Amino acid sequence: MRKKTKGLYASKMKRATHMLFYRRHQKPGVKGWELHRALGADYPKVLEVLNDYLKSLDLQVKIVFEEEKTPNRKPTLEELNRARFYVTLRGELTPKESKMIGWRIDDLAGLAIAISHIISKKGQAPRKDVEEILSDKLPGWKVSMNIDRYIRYGYLQQDENKQLYLDWRTRAEVEEKALIDMLLRSEVQKTLFSENFEEGVEEQEDQ
Amino acid sequence: MQSKKEQKKIGQEKLQRIIEICMAIENHRIEPFLLNIDGVIKVVKKYFPQWEETDELNLDSEAIHHLASVIKLQSEWVKHRSTLLYTDPFLLEDKILKADKDEIINVFLRAWHPLVELEQLSPHSIAEAMRYWNGLLPMKERWKDFEVPEFNMGFTTRDELIKERVLGDKLFSEELEAYWQELKMKAKKNGAEAKMFYWDFIGADNYEETVKRAFLTSFLISYGYATLEIHPLEEEVFIKPFDKPNTKIHSQQLVSIPIAVTYANWQKWKKGELD
Repeated sequence: MRKKTKGLYASKMKRATHMLFYRRHQKPGVKGWELHRALGADYPKVLEVLNDYLKSLDLQVKIVFEEEKTPNRKPTLEELNRARFYVTLRGELTPKESKMIGWRIDDLAGLAIAISHIISKKGQAPRKDVEEILSDKLPGWKVSMNIDRYIRYGYLQQDENKQLYLDWRTRAEVEEKALIDMLLRSEVQKTLFSENFEEGVEEQEDQ
Repeated sequence: MQSKKEQKKIGQEKLQRIIEICMAIENHRIEPFLLNIDGVIKVVKKYFPQWEETDELNLDSEAIHHLASVIKLQSEWVKHRSTLLYTDPFLLEDKILKADKDEIINVFLRAWHPLVELEQLSPHSIAEAMRYWNGLLPMKERWKDFEVPEFNMGFTTRDELIKERVLGDKLFSEELEAYWQELKMKAKKNGAEAKMFYWDFIGADNYEETVKRAFLTSFLISYGYATLEIHPLEEEVFIKPFDKPNTKIHSQQLVSIPIAVTYANWQKWKKGELD
């Protein structure tokens, strides 16, 4: 009987892996109710086991709750059904790795600034303000193009009044609080990271 | 003593002003707590007995609706300030402006966990696709009921096409030639260097005309009638006409220079804020 249960979980884990890794809709990720339908009511348990398994690969199952309302207690099945599930990197990328996955250092820095600024303005900021901040360090012609790109990728969204908000990809990929905290403490940390970063840059220059 | 009509007019103006302030708060142009809700409610209450017409009552309900939105924003503002996520925007903005690029990248990479996705064909998906293909009806059969109505062919005149705005009233080459002469004349007035600011040349009284002039200017440059002179440090763009069309330009490798002729830039130029 125990062996049978183990076999059942293994097959559910495989099914969950397929659903989470392969895009099924226009946006990546799977809704909780889809997992519920495919794996049964114990799908949170299946995902927990899968998450443990992914730990050794430096990956994780990430849950993004509806309307950014992450419950402080253990989420109910209903809340999970309405949430969206993704697989994301568990650890951190080095600057060199970020370049390898197709991000120029300028564009990534611009994204970080745009996200931090919007967070500091309670999740909404006029596009003009974000453009002004970015144009301080990026050429003018590139600023608008970059913002459009962040919108296209799902990091930011824009309404008809040209107000920018954080979009689904930021909620899935970025630890907002950690970003702000680290940015505020960045002067202290500078010495800790500069060594690593310089190494990375040197390697890039060698290449 | 004011007449009832005058009082109504004053009341309507006050409600309009309240709505405008509320909308500014909703669009995050003003802090929500800058509005004295009690004072505003007193004003709304004061004028309420005078409203009789539907328009007046609509204005009143609109003001109440916007006030409710502001109260909601005030509540969110308090909640946000009380959470750990609240950071003084000025402090953060200062940090952002002072931090160098590498520093920001290092910080962001520590908080960023990109999504993982796979894209790959499997034998199963290929078999599924084959099954679908085999079951799919040919286009001829699927669209056989789709009948295209027949029309008799006719002729149109050049005047009709101009009227429909398919063609301009001048030949393109003539228009371009006239445009080149205009550029030469204007540039000469600007001194020995015979050049002028790009925006001063393309800018017109309305945005549509400005876009049209920018469009024609791009042909002047592409066909070798003029060239652009860019000063990257000053962020200035000049246009300089050639005395004779430079035909060699077609044999050289061309470079595209994007210049945004947006509505916002046109407005800036109108106000003299854009070079």
